[in-house]
Amino acid sequence: MAVRFTLNGKATSFDGDADMPLLWYLRDHARLTGTKFGCGIAACGACTVHVDGAAQRSCVTPLRAIEGRAVRTIEGLADGDRLHAVQQAWIEEDVAQCGYCQAGQIMAAVDLLAKTPDPSDEQVASLTNLCRCGTYPRIRKAIKRAAAALKEES
Amino acid sequence: MSAQLTRRAFLAIGASAAGGLLLRGSAFAADRPRDAAEASAQLGVLVRIEPDGTIVIGSRQPEMGQGVKTSLPMLVAEELDADWSRVRIEELPLGLVAIAEEPGVTWKYGPQGAGGSTSIPEGWGDLRPVGAEARRLLVLAAAAEWNAEAATLTTFAGTVKHPDGRTLTYAELAPKAAKIVPPKDPAPLKDPAQYRLIGTPQRVVDAREIVTGRAQYGLDVFPEGALVAVVARCPYFDGAIESWDASEAKKIPGVRDVVVLPGPKPGEPYAQNLATGLAVIADDTWSAIRGRNALKVSWTKGPWADETSAKLDAQAAGLLRGKGKVVRRDGDLAGAKAKAARTVEATYRVPFVAHATMEPQNAYAKVEADHVTVVGSMQMPSGASRVANAITGVHRLKIDVRAARLGGGFGRRLTNDFVAEAVLIAKATGKAIKLVWTREDDMRHDFYRPFGVHAMTATLDGDGKVTGWAQRLASAAKYYRRADVAPGDEWQSEIYPDDFPAQCVANLEYEWLDVKSGIARGSWRAPAHTANAFANESFIDEIAHATKQDAVALRLAMYGAPRELAYTNHGGPVFDTGRMANVLQVAADRIGWGRKVARGRGIGIAAHFTFGGYAAHAMEVSVAKGGEYRIERCVCAVDVGRVVNPLGVEAQMMGGTIDGISTAEGLEITIRDGRVVEGNFNDYPLLRSARAPDVEVHVVKSDKAPSGAGEMGIPTAAPALCNAIFAATGVRIRSLPIRDQLKAASRA
Repeated sequence: MAVRFTLNGKATSFDGDADMPLLWYLRDHARLTGTKFGCGIAACGACTVHVDGAAQRSCVTPLRAIEGRAVRTIEGLADGDRLHAVQQAWIEEDVAQCGYCQAGQIMAAVDLLAKTPDPSDEQVASLTNLCRCGTYPRIRKAIKRAAAALKEES
Repeated sequence: MSAQLTRRAFLAIGASAAGGLLLRGSAFAADRPRDAAEASAQLGVLVRIEPDGTIVIGSRQPEMGQGVKTSLPMLVAEELDADWSRVRIEELPLGLVAIAEEPGVTWKYGPQGAGGSTSIPEGWGDLRPVGAEARRLLVLAAAAEWNAEAATLTTFAGTVKHPDGRTLTYAELAPKAAKIVPPKDPAPLKDPAQYRLIGTPQRVVDAREIVTGRAQYGLDVFPEGALVAVVARCPYFDGAIESWDASEAKKIPGVRDVVVLPGPKPGEPYAQNLATGLAVIADDTWSAIRGRNALKVSWTKGPWADETSAKLDAQAAGLLRGKGKVVRRDGDLAGAKAKAARTVEATYRVPFVAHATMEPQNAYAKVEADHVTVVGSMQMPSGASRVANAITGVHRLKIDVRAARLGGGFGRRLTNDFVAEAVLIAKATGKAIKLVWTREDDMRHDFYRPFGVHAMTATLDGDGKVTGWAQRLASAAKYYRRADVAPGDEWQSEIYPDDFPAQCVANLEYEWLDVKSGIARGSWRAPAHTANAFANESFIDEIAHATKQDAVALRLAMYGAPRELAYTNHGGPVFDTGRMANVLQVAADRIGWGRKVARGRGIGIAAHFTFGGYAAHAMEVSVAKGGEYRIERCVCAVDVGRVVNPLGVEAQMMGGTIDGISTAEGLEITIRDGRVVEGNFNDYPLLRSARAPDVEVHVVKSDKAPSGAGEMGIPTAAPALCNAIFAATGVRIRSLPIRDQLKAASRA
């Protein structure tokens, strides 16, 4: 039986292997490659997406677990050409080096700020997403900048 | 290929270069249609000016996070007097052109290969002239238009100005400029005092693509019709397939085929792939992974079946009791020992570590009768071209190679073993193949940073002056099964004979001993510098404490008067003791060296010269009673000559520092029964944000020719941290990683 869900706002169904991790569905079938493969065991966070608004590691999320739910990927974060405040902050703080982990970092940061609009330094540093290039200090600055921008927006 | 040939080849101007920025048969959707290029004007192979005034600059170097896609075009744009906000960067495929001389091809765009922090120094030499030449052609076109003397015209932000105030834009001039035959003499370069772009902070040019998920990495390349390959590789060093059964694997929906992938024979150079294996070919990645899981394979263990990390430690210790190859001998060390008022000795151990790029290895390959396409994340696209040529026999000019954006490099992607695999599988199956490595594949089939044990000895006179120095290193050399390294020369990757304190200590010996191991080794960010800086800079700290000297003053005394010493290893031709002393002093000043710190706190410092750049770290740590420690402050001072992009240099230093801390704190690859134990980030714990300090980066202003910056931030991080830990606790870390050594010491 096909799995039905919403992907970046669009009704979607998939009638292949429902045990396939959401990550590989996104990358190989939906051809949304912004969600990255890093470890396959939920240890690095490069594959972070939102399921019903909450950050989730798609490499260990089987498709059957998202039946009827709403998935948002990095490609669905901006509002058309208007970037999300977190994406904008990432550009302004010049965060990315290789950039491979950054989609996952951004999705995790959006989730953090949704739950904690005014995060402490400790909360900002609590993201467990790995960055091999060592961009953490700029990631933390960008989260703070985005928090301020979001406060202004609201 | 001579430097001159290279230069002539890629400065070539004219109609033949039109379309030079396009990749034929590209797997990339982002490539522009050919007619768009023909409507614009090509000024040399790296610069194209569009009718709307956009200046397109080709980026020739693989971008792996070191920032060259931003910094190298800045060199061109500066001399061109382009308006940076109107510049668009296009990634170039591997560019080769035919020549009569061996090896039959040379660079079209200049050298393409990212390693050894060479992109900036090379680009400083050969990319500024590209911009200057394009600018000259535009000025000549304007001079013809106005019937004016070219020398009276000036340029600014994409326009040429006449002394009477008239202006013409580059877009207006470009079609005419493209038809001018360039003068023979080189176009003059700017006086650096006139720079408007070089030295200004510029953000990563494709940041928007990255934060929206549109940036394309090797692993993202999956053209219609391609099949995915996942390989079961023999986990044993030089092991082989004993028997296999793919019947269950072939029952998995989506699995199309299973093919044997021969590996190199034991002892043969790694010219191609690293290990023998079975490739599962499937419609998508998930099916290929499931297919691989369903394979039944038994492996023969090969000649290294008994190897363990503990046995390698014992082998190194045994070697150090004997004699190795002395690779540098200055003065009379035995005499210095005989006369010494004091001798200090210590031994340091540095483990194997993996590159663990966030993006696992991968490659896309399509092999046709007389054409090959390779796309992937690679540091050496020309090496990929050679590998594909060796496997298929297709002429190198008919092999399209494109380095996608790399999800990290750190030296892992200098080798093209994954390209070889993809090409071998594509050739064997006749299909376009997207090869995917899982994290476990990546962690267990790497070219690891060498393991080594450094036995250090220093002699001092009655005044505390270092009179003799010996470094005896037993290591499993990075130069391993390399066709281009003569047997007996393996030490050259382990000890750089001109490294400090050579020429600063009168009586000195560097000696290398050959640890035999079956594990593959390779270049890991700042190769031997990470190991040697840890040994040297920890040891100097030990000498300072043992002889009650200030660790900064002792280093300054060893550097001696500011002067240039000959440095024939990579990063030369000179090592400037004054520049070295300066970064040390800057780091010391910024951390507040010498101030009193609270109980349980300590400050450590270290400095090192890496590939032409000078760096120092100073760190302050706090250590709690149970041995938990924290980096309270982290200062990095660096002198990389003239800075092209300050934001980029800061990023490299910050990242290198955190890489150094991450590796020192927790990372080690261990061996059991002739295979790698660690497999994923659960047992190879890269540092996470909570433990990564902010890094205060201080960049020394300099008008010296620039070095790169990718590797200078890493070697001194580990010794500065360990020296700080010693200052706080009296516990000396002599073996990396640190892990729970402090906790163990606090229990003792």
